[in-house]
Amino acid sequence: MTPENATPDVHRGIWVFIEQGEGKPARVSLELLCKGRVLADQLDVDVTAILIGHDVSNQVGELIGYGADEVILADSSVAKDYRTEVYTKIIAEQVLEKRPEILLIGATSVGRDLAPRVAARLKTGCTSDCTGLAIDESGRMILATKPFLGRNVMADIICPEKRPQMVTVRPGIMELHKPDETRKGNLIHANINISEEDVEVKVLDTLISGAHKVDLEGAEKIVAVGAGVDDEAGFEMLKELADLLGAELGATNLPVDAGWVSDERKIGQTGKTVRPRLYMACGISGAVQHTVGMMNSELIVAINKDPKAEIFDLADYGIVDDLYKVVPAIISALKGLKS
Amino acid sequence: MDIVVCIKQVPETTHVDWNPETGTLMREGVPGVLNPNDKNALEAGLQLKERHGGMITVVSMGPAQAEEALREALSMGVDQAMLLTDPGFAGADTWATAHTLSLALKKMGKFDLILCGKETADAWTGQVGPQLAEFLSLPQLTYATEIESDGRAVRIKQRLEDRHRVLECPLPALVTFERNANRPRIPPMDKIMEAYQKEVVVWGAKDLGGDKGHFGLKGSPTQTRKVYIKKSERRKVQFLEGEAEKKAQEFIQILKQKNLF
Repeated sequence: MTPENATPDVHRGIWVFIEQGEGKPARVSLELLCKGRVLADQLDVDVTAILIGHDVSNQVGELIGYGADEVILADSSVAKDYRTEVYTKIIAEQVLEKRPEILLIGATSVGRDLAPRVAARLKTGCTSDCTGLAIDESGRMILATKPFLGRNVMADIICPEKRPQMVTVRPGIMELHKPDETRKGNLIHANINISEEDVEVKVLDTLISGAHKVDLEGAEKIVAVGAGVDDEAGFEMLKELADLLGAELGATNLPVDAGWVSDERKIGQTGKTVRPRLYMACGISGAVQHTVGMMNSELIVAINKDPKAEIFDLADYGIVDDLYKVVPAIISALKGLKS
Repeated sequence: MDIVVCIKQVPETTHVDWNPETGTLMREGVPGVLNPNDKNALEAGLQLKERHGGMITVVSMGPAQAEEALREALSMGVDQAMLLTDPGFAGADTWATAHTLSLALKKMGKFDLILCGKETADAWTGQVGPQLAEFLSLPQLTYATEIESDGRAVRIKQRLEDRHRVLECPLPALVTFERNANRPRIPPMDKIMEAYQKEVVVWGAKDLGGDKGHFGLKGSPTQTRKVYIKKSERRKVQFLEGEAEKKAQEFIQILKQKNLF
């Protein structure tokens, strides 16, 4: 069942794996449908969403609205919780039957668990954690761009001979367009050839951590903290600022490694990629490991004592001052406005 | 319980050059360190051994200098080390790397658990663990923050973005570890010295058998087309002037103008 000689020219179409949870598709899956739509129009092919889960058929319309021409639905109790072997088997069988040329998967924890396994089974290449996707000059091959190491080194990766060309894409990179509720598409029900007895991995428990789910990728405003803040009072102050602005708190590596801020709030190379309308960089020097994750923000305001800090090269507005003076001034002014 | 831990030596600095012809990393001569995340897999293996007994074998694929990383693992307390090195392995992507590792593990014979870090600090792909599991037809349990085993099954606490899950599967299985899963032990000086007395088994392509076309650059479905430095998009910064209060007022005016408050 393995495609020993996967010939590029019989494979057509762009597929997007739809990760879902809590009754809705993951934001990154919708981002990839939007990007897939753009690439599909260039290639003159269809976009297919592959949706796997249990009782998830109510999401089909939304996927079509975001750009899918076709939705392959694998709906079964065996697929209720994400498990590598179940999802891999379903996807691999569908791919072997229908032969898409490109398969896009969000580079979430689930996506990064699933994609390499699917690629190994299909004997094809998978480029991970991409931040750019384009069709190359030959007109058919996908160029996947990804950052390497800690610097601003980028690599363009191709998968010339094997199909489908698989790519995992970082959440928050591709633009989310408005869905078109009038779009029409087809629904295909997939056969599911795996039952609970065949599955070796059992999910014994699921624990949702914390009451508030951090959604940096979807945040309109972010107040981000860097190495310039290193005491309790500083973090309390910035949390207060974030609350007043209705912003999420983000951070560079240092405050996360030091334990001040939880890992899920990390922005940059080893964290999240964000593009909010407002990004306030507080005490952030502007090292590239961080800035790769925030440089596409709409409005960037930086506060730093050092007028030479690299962050000012990226900022629209700069405040050269002591954070512990300016932020309290902003807080009291905002409070004044609210009351 | 017999355990295999897969490790990788990664460049110590971020100043690494590429071969412009092949687009692959030039690892020769670049100082390397044991990938930090792999130490969590080693520590987990050592703790399991302390409870259940058995042997720990550490395996790495890389150039000859990757032996240093294997010696470090030996000094932490693993029993034996194996280096997979061959000019034909060079330039491997994750598919070819996992394939090569899988041939070595099949040849080695019996094991109950394969442990890996979740990703390496050079390309951060996190793909070799799952791909190795596929090539060995083993279940994979990724992103472990805790692990326990009774010798027949393995149970982990798995970290996903906003939740944890408790997963269980029968042995043999492959597990990848999060960076905060444990505190890797720091070997004492005498163990470091001892590690240099131990033998590191070296296998090349001939020892592994298999199709030569599946190794290294030739066996890699993905290729690097181009490597380049991306220039940051500079913006024209406008500095706000005056005392802290004046800057604060000005900042708020900007937010209002942009409809952000």
